[in-house]
Amino acid sequence: MISEPKTIIDIQDIVKIFQVGEVEVRALRGVSVAIEEGTYVAIMGPSGSGKSTMLNILGCLDRPTTGQYFLGGENVAQMDDDTLSAIRGKRLGFIFQSYNLIAQLTVIENIQVPLIYQGVNLKDYEQKCIELAELVGLQDRLDHRPTQLSGGQQQRVAIARSLVNDPLMILADEPTGNLDSKTGAEVLEIIDRLNKQGKTIVMVTHDDDIAQRADRVIRMKDGRVDEDEIRDRD
Amino acid sequence: MLTEAITHHPLFNTVKLGIKSLMLHKLRSGLTMLGMIFGVCSVIAMLAIGEGASHEAQERIKRLGSTNIIINSVKPPEEQDNNTSGRSFGITYGLTYDDASRLQFTIPNVTSVLPMRIIRDNVRFDRYQEPCQVIGTLPSYPTMQGINLVAGRFLSMIDDKHQRNVCVITAGLAHRLFPYQTPINSTIRIQNVYYQVVGLINETGTAEQRPQKGEMEGEPLDNNVYIPLSTVRSRFGETLVRRNAGSFSSETVELHQIIVKMKDTQSVIAAEKQINSLVRRFHEVNDFEIIVPLQLLREAEATKRMFNIVLGSIAAISLLVGGIGIMNIMLATVTERTREIGVRRALGAKKKDIVTQFLIETVVLSIGGGLIGVVLGVLVPLLVSVSTDMVTIVTPWSVGLAFGISGLTGIAFGIYPASQAAELDPIEALRHE
Ligand SMILES: Nc1ncnc2c1ncn2[C@@H]1O[C@H](COP(=O)(O)OP(=O)(O)OP(=O)(O)O)[C@@H](O)[C@H]1O
Ligand SMILES: [Mg+2]
Repeated sequence: MISEPKTIIDIQDIVKIFQVGEVEVRALRGVSVAIEEGTYVAIMGPSGSGKSTMLNILGCLDRPTTGQYFLGGENVAQMDDDTLSAIRGKRLGFIFQSYNLIAQLTVIENIQVPLIYQGVNLKDYEQKCIELAELVGLQDRLDHRPTQLSGGQQQRVAIARSLVNDPLMILADEPTGNLDSKTGAEVLEIIDRLNKQGKTIVMVTHDDDIAQRADRVIRMKDGRVDEDEIRDRD
Repeated sequence: MLTEAITHHPLFNTVKLGIKSLMLHKLRSGLTMLGMIFGVCSVIAMLAIGEGASHEAQERIKRLGSTNIIINSVKPPEEQDNNTSGRSFGITYGLTYDDASRLQFTIPNVTSVLPMRIIRDNVRFDRYQEPCQVIGTLPSYPTMQGINLVAGRFLSMIDDKHQRNVCVITAGLAHRLFPYQTPINSTIRIQNVYYQVVGLINETGTAEQRPQKGEMEGEPLDNNVYIPLSTVRSRFGETLVRRNAGSFSSETVELHQIIVKMKDTQSVIAAEKQINSLVRRFHEVNDFEIIVPLQLLREAEATKRMFNIVLGSIAAISLLVGGIGIMNIMLATVTERTREIGVRRALGAKKKDIVTQFLIETVVLSIGGGLIGVVLGVLVPLLVSVSTDMVTIVTPWSVGLAFGISGLTGIAFGIYPASQAAELDPIEALRHE
């Protein structure tokens, strides 16, 4: 028997307004979405429709102007900066379009970065970090620097890094945007595999083919959810 | 266990990271540190040279005794009068036995008064001859001057009372006059009078004896022969005759020097004025000078303080310049690494983590520079000492001060760039190119 799926994200009537000088830019105009644990969600939509804004709010990098955001049952909509930092560090994993590895650190050190801010003893996690590097196929590049890696390899380091803190979900904003289709596909394979193992994934993409891989496709338009399609995967 | 605890401390990792980030731009970090290096090095080196110079002066003054007041007879400035154009003339000047007893009985808080006659002459033993200072003085001389007896005894009250022909000589002179004999109980000759050596002393403060100005140049300083004052008075008289290019000149001086020992240092300054007015009352011309070692010491200390203030200002300015250099580089670094800051924030870094990271980087720069500066600052005075004969003293506090200031400068000038880094909005920072 399948137990009742747990809702880990529940946003209600989120509005985000950016004040640019005199002008108010309404990036999100009332978005309500609930996401269950283990779901692979793709967010699509035309440029400027508010995808990144939404993902930033989901990732606790930004606060909604109004509206509620329950992350794992906790209302994080108006928490202070330090608490949001702690939540990001403990419960979220990020994959960026431009990899965003830290140049002066090696592969293994980059994977460790989120742990630094958890105040844990890095020695205890060394084995885990090596296993994560193996997971993304970089076990023999541990001491390389980001500049010595290809784009696809860098993005795989970023994936390993996003997993090191056992996050509730992984947020990815166009993770394959900078990669050619072959390496992009390799990266997507890894993400697929993570989802099969039960990780919740929320990914912004422009590519319909990529969206095919997701359980659910949320299409946005002008700061609103235009279409919310839950698909059946086998 | 301990090293384990240190290497696992979060701060250790932050410092390691700071060094790594700085190593990414070796030349830039090195140039930035130069300011700190020069600042710290110059502070330590300059203070060491200044300390060495003033130490010597102060030691010399201290040997004169801080509770002593020294009164010297000084030949009054010669009046350009008419009778100089010829043969012989004599002058009488200087301190008198009466001055000595008046000082003893009128000035409050005087412990003792030591009158002295100091005469330049030659001393002979066997075939050896040495120029020397004959010092006629009292038995209290060694205690008042803080001088140690090496062998035998010093002059006694009985020696003085009976005008005995005994003497005590300095160890250096004994060495030169008696290379092969024991000096004690030997007999030396000055002019045509023989004196029995009864003791040897260690004289170090003779540079200040100055019998007559300018006469001591180039002579060994510790060739002293101490003879009872009464003996000197009867053997040498009070008038010295000198022949100068066909003309005779004679000087009559009762006492060349009087040392007044005060009860404590508090009474010294007041006593100086009283002594001055007392002696002046009985002297028509200005034929004496008063030297107050305590005052000289204070002046030397004041000069040194002044010197330290000037050095301190120079040091402060150079460290300030170094600090500004560091701040400038750190501001550039923060801009350059905006993206990194955004990533770290996204991955869980709090504002204070970012502040710590950049602050530590600044402190590593400044303390690194400070450390190199300390090493150079200790080496430079050493080189100066070796290559010239200047005395330099590197004081621990100057090293501590310079190093401490370099660390503080790092913190002071690191706070602004670090807080700039922490205040960056994570999303803006992530979007930064
Ligand atoms: N920091 C900001 N200040 C002002 N306006 C902003 C800011 N961030 C986003 N916006 C505006 O909000 C709207 C939505 O932007 P958002 O980045 O979410 O779009 P997007 O869907 O991610 O587009 P793209 O596909 O091009 O990335 C846009 O009109 C954008 O100009
Ligand atoms: Mg976007």
